[in-house]
Amino acid sequence: MLFINSFLFCGTICLIAQIILDNTKLTPGHITSLFVVIGAFLDSFSLYDLIIKYVGGGALVPITSFGHSLVHGALAKTNGYGLMGIFMGMFDLTASGITAAIIFSFIFSLIFKPKN
Amino acid sequence: MEDKLYKKIADSHKPKETKLKNLIIAFVVGGLIGCFGEIIIEIMCSFFHKSRAQAQVFMSVFFIFIASLLTSLGFFDKLVNKCKCGLLIPITGFAHSMTSAALDYRKEGLIYGIGSNIFKLAGSVILYGVVSTWLFGMIRYFIGGVL
Repeated sequence: MLFINSFLFCGTICLIAQIILDNTKLTPGHITSLFVVIGAFLDSFSLYDLIIKYVGGGALVPITSFGHSLVHGALAKTNGYGLMGIFMGMFDLTASGITAAIIFSFIFSLIFKPKN
Repeated sequence: MEDKLYKKIADSHKPKETKLKNLIIAFVVGGLIGCFGEIIIEIMCSFFHKSRAQAQVFMSVFFIFIASLLTSLGFFDKLVNKCKCGLLIPITGFAHSMTSAALDYRKEGLIYGIGSNIFKLAGSVILYGVVSTWLFGMIRYFIGGVL
């Protein structure tokens, strides 16, 4: 059941993005930034956690989950550190994704040459 | 008058199905990537006995690796031109933007080329993510209490 939910949820997110891309003048850069902000907004009231509970991995693949993990890490740190926890825990959960993207893109850009 | 005529002729020659076709392709490709992510998590959980949190990290790193590799091999740009948002909205789009920026500016050197341009496209995602998180986090902290 989680597989079907994943398919439907991730597909719907991409469908909405495609509708915005086709019908407005926004570029993909605008849309990804917008979706990150939407993900952060949804998680600030724990809605995204609910979605993850019912959808599973499909909710963690779209870029909205980036905003979700930013908020989640920041709020988790406020437990012990108060207001400063927002600054300390910001990248706690997204660190793996950002680090992987930096390392792989650096290594591959050294190894390979641009094709066109 | 000529402008209107030109627009009329140009509109009549525009392919009409592309919008619907784009939507279907984006839905199916995005859905398949989401489903594949869930499959990876399930495989890691059941065959390698990892916890779900570890499996989620593995899944996102795996997608980033594949997207970076395909981008640097040159396949991914063609795929993105066909599937558009189906590949840009999942985490693969983030890795794609970073790798393509690194490859494009590589000839300008390691520091002023790769170093200063690698976040050229992905930087906006991080910037607005952090700013909005700070804002929403403050609101949540003062209104709703902690998690």
